[in-house]
Amino acid sequence: MLRARGHVLIAVNEEALLAGARDVERALGDLLAEEGLADEIRVIETGDVGVTGRGVVLVVHPDGVRYGNVRVADIAEIVREHLLKGRPVERLRLPLTPTRATGLVRQARIVLENCGRIDPESLDEAIATSAYEAMAKILETKIAPADVIAEVKRSGLRGRGGAGFPTGVKWSFTAPGDVKYIVCNADEGEPGTFKDRLILEGDPHRLLEGMMIAGYAVGASKGYIYVRGEYGLSIRRLQRAIDDARRAGILGKRVLESTFSFDIEIKKGAGAYVCGEETSLIESIEGKRGYPRIKPPYPGAVGLWKKPTVVNNVETLANVPPILLRGADWFRDFGTAGSPGTKVYTILGHVRNPGLIEVEMGTPLRTILDEYGGGVRDGKRFKAALLGGAAGAVISERGLDVPMDFDGPKEYAAVLGSGAILVIDEEASVVDLLHGILRFFRHESCGQCAPCRSGTAVLVELSERIRSGRGTADDLERLVHVAKAMHATSLCPLGQSPILPIQTAVDSFREEFEACMAKPCGARA
Amino acid sequence: MKELLEKYPPSMESLLDILHELQAAEPRHYLTPDALRAVAVYLNVPLSEVVSTATFYSMYSLVPRGRHIVRICESPPCQLVGADSLLDLLAAHLRVAVGETTEDGVFTLETTSCLGVCGVAPAMMVDDELYGNLTKEKLIGVIADVRRSDAAS
Repeated sequence: MLRARGHVLIAVNEEALLAGARDVERALGDLLAEEGLADEIRVIETGDVGVTGRGVVLVVHPDGVRYGNVRVADIAEIVREHLLKGRPVERLRLPLTPTRATGLVRQARIVLENCGRIDPESLDEAIATSAYEAMAKILETKIAPADVIAEVKRSGLRGRGGAGFPTGVKWSFTAPGDVKYIVCNADEGEPGTFKDRLILEGDPHRLLEGMMIAGYAVGASKGYIYVRGEYGLSIRRLQRAIDDARRAGILGKRVLESTFSFDIEIKKGAGAYVCGEETSLIESIEGKRGYPRIKPPYPGAVGLWKKPTVVNNVETLANVPPILLRGADWFRDFGTAGSPGTKVYTILGHVRNPGLIEVEMGTPLRTILDEYGGGVRDGKRFKAALLGGAAGAVISERGLDVPMDFDGPKEYAAVLGSGAILVIDEEASVVDLLHGILRFFRHESCGQCAPCRSGTAVLVELSERIRSGRGTADDLERLVHVAKAMHATSLCPLGQSPILPIQTAVDSFREEFEACMAKPCGARA
Repeated sequence: MKELLEKYPPSMESLLDILHELQAAEPRHYLTPDALRAVAVYLNVPLSEVVSTATFYSMYSLVPRGRHIVRICESPPCQLVGADSLLDLLAAHLRVAVGETTEDGVFTLETTSCLGVCGVAPAMMVDDELYGNLTKEKLIGVIADVRRSDAAS
């Protein structure tokens, strides 16, 4: 950051923009100039500061005061009272919730350490917070690619996109060849998930460096970032970061004047959930329908244009630079023995403080819900949490104290990646929630294989019958039975997924489903 | 059209990008038969391959749409806070079903999977603009605003 008496950080992400962040920023700049404070107080655009659902959020440094739901009309008071006279405007202050920004709870910050602190559109600020240092260290001290892979293996980093496959092992499985590719999966489509979006919007250079290191390690010189077509701001910021890095000689031919070359291109998706599956994503980059391929061969052997390809998630790659810079032992200090490091979550639904958090692996859901989410809102009781989006698990009160990591029960392990936690209170209907999930699968089934194409439609039909009070005990059994058959026979994870939300919902809330048979429930009541 | 195409290398890899741009350039937000044929010629692939890709992704349309596309998010986090009733309301207000275009050609009503702004659910997208924390009043207000700016342009 530039030298100044104080800084006002304004969170500019998609949410803040639609709450009018630009107008607030303009008003703030105008008034600072008018009051002659423009040189003393700098306004800095940053990514997410860990607060969601609070409109335009400002953070004033050095005091660390956070304001929420700021409107243009509030600017005069903030400038005249706080910035001129040093008296924070209490009515706009966000409660001191134990988030990483307040430092009241131990937050383990690896992936998000710069999000909400730096201007994501400034290469200088990224470099000031050690961007590209790990890459430079590797190139300067000529660390061999095999040693980079060994370090990542030793760190125990596991893929943050889904099931937690060890990243170093994945890299080492890349088949030999002259042409290889690194693909970053930023096709974040799991309902309730937007942690990757906030990483892309908050610290794009971090991701670029992670891809470069991956490329160096496996011998690739080209990377693709496949981003959802709906993520407009992410795409603009990434493109800006790529252009800046190219101009600075960081990306492109002879990276940092070494013999290593690496360049990155963005590929914009066009609205297909299935493209989050790695082989569908590859087909989509190739310009085809996003149909999943039959595995094996895995992308590490036959990937993009039939060349060996590493596909890693955004959060996974964002973990790579600090591991190489600070070492595997440092990384292993966080999290659990089997799943070192941290996990980024978005906590949503009926909680007091929805938002983005990063906590150590192994943190139980109850801690996240109470300490970070602030508990269930409006004094209601917790009923369930949908963990991991549509392809996720319904967790009841009984499951709140299980440590969440990749070695835990499959309800947790299989769905950890997406990091979505959707909380529902006692008044919401699990039957309705499940119905929404099943409709989502029907909509997103790509139609390539029959079990998923027909199965997803049958599931919605059964669920509709149950929900509207026309169902029987047989229908409930069939719901589980069909989903099991789909799990056994579908080509890709999409068709294999519905069993998890169905089984977990029915196991924990069977009485609620059975009550529906007698009379319509949920929204239909 | 030629100029637009030549911005991209003539290989299948460019197809999604080209389709995005062609569709954005068309006032009715769709891929015209002529455009699809031109792409096939430019990439030197059968027309069927271009159409195959274009019909797979939900963001592309092969039929003319309204001048403005309203996409209501229908994923579980939005449903939890009433997206369904907003969709019903809007369908009645615009007098169209999902996927249809209003008679005056101003709006096409669509649904979409998660927009990734669940913190401000329920959410929708009108063209490239996101709107969150929707209520019935806000929804109708946004629609009225878009209609006004459409009439003025």
